[in-house]
Amino acid sequence: MEALNVILLLFMIVCAVAVALTKNLLAALITFMAQGLAMSVVWMLLEAPDLAITEAAVGAGVSSILMFAALKKIDAIREKGEADEETKA
Amino acid sequence: MKKQKPDFFSAFHAWLEYGGSSLDREMTESLENKPETGTVESKNKPKSKKKTPPQNNPRRAYADAWWYRLLALAVAAAMIWLLAEAVARMPQFGNADTLADSELTEFYVEHTKEETGAMNIVTGIILDYRGFDTLGESHVLFIAVCTVLLMLSIYGEKDEETRLKRNEMERHFEPGDDVILQSAARLLTPLIFVYGIYIILNGHLSPGGGFSGGAVLGAGLILYQNAFGYEKIERFFTYKTFKWVSVCSLLFYSLAKGYHFFTGANHMDSHISTGVPGNILSGGLLLPLNFVVGCVVACTMYALFTMFRKGEF
Repeated sequence: MEALNVILLLFMIVCAVAVALTKNLLAALITFMAQGLAMSVVWMLLEAPDLAITEAAVGAGVSSILMFAALKKIDAIREKGEADEETKA
Repeated sequence: MKKQKPDFFSAFHAWLEYGGSSLDREMTESLENKPETGTVESKNKPKSKKKTPPQNNPRRAYADAWWYRLLALAVAAAMIWLLAEAVARMPQFGNADTLADSELTEFYVEHTKEETGAMNIVTGIILDYRGFDTLGESHVLFIAVCTVLLMLSIYGEKDEETRLKRNEMERHFEPGDDVILQSAARLLTPLIFVYGIYIILNGHLSPGGGFSGGAVLGAGLILYQNAFGYEKIERFFTYKTFKWVSVCSLLFYSLAKGYHFFTGANHMDSHISTGVPGNILSGGLLLPLNFVVGCVVACTMYALFTMFRKGEF
């Protein structure tokens, strides 16, 4: 159990740093989701199941989906062909 | 990029002027790492035309200045110090004795089950002892949706034709018939809904409660909408549904909690029995309160998503 805890916490630190350093917004968002999921497992290990459910649903689920929608709105998610065309132009 | 002498006021003006579109532009810039060629217009979506910013945007020069970076570092350091200080003063983690001398904790552990009829002490605390806080939280969510409605709404569009056109456009860009997504959604949505309802209705007995269950239900609604489109979901969930469910839920919560506080504060019997702890119909007001909080949260989550997606229901 101890080892799992340490692995999860290290994973969360790596994810948090990666979110800040990633240039690609989509990749950063998916890393953020992974961090939220690890967080919910950590809550479970800390014997806080109420928080674990909320974290999994809100932290990893709904808030990320909202950010996906926001990225779509500001055109940060584009298909590959489209992006290439724009760099050429 | 040519460095310009930073000047606070010009920077502020630039920020005001391009504030709306600057996020978009800077992201595109950082992605493509090339000098500005004006706002990148996507071919299909209509966009409000903003002025093309000048080559030497004062705001960028402002962000490059040494004192700006120093200030940012100082603020970050102060924040880190503040948080570290707070953590250092917290009771030691994992030590069973640190909380033993706290009178409040002891009171909660001893009396919650008997006074509120909740097996899940957390629910007993947040919906009974701290019921007023939860009422505030539900209203915060509702206000958040109202704000998003004000800011992103396309109902504000004066021209009816423009509004309909934009609505059509947004519907056109919704995800198409994706077989994988639809098959997965067909399988998962009922399970997600049942699980969400279980979390809400069982909130006073097992881990969970209105907020988490509502979030699960909201996520299920979003999944269903993404897989099958607006037309399918509008058969049972429209703007009207959202409006009525939210308002009725918040009203019920306020009235029930107000009654409870009124009678409790005046040492009157509220005539609401707490039942036998452990039964599904127990805990007095906890079950209905969990239910209405769940409704508000589910509606809010879905409303926020659809407002972001297309600007209206």
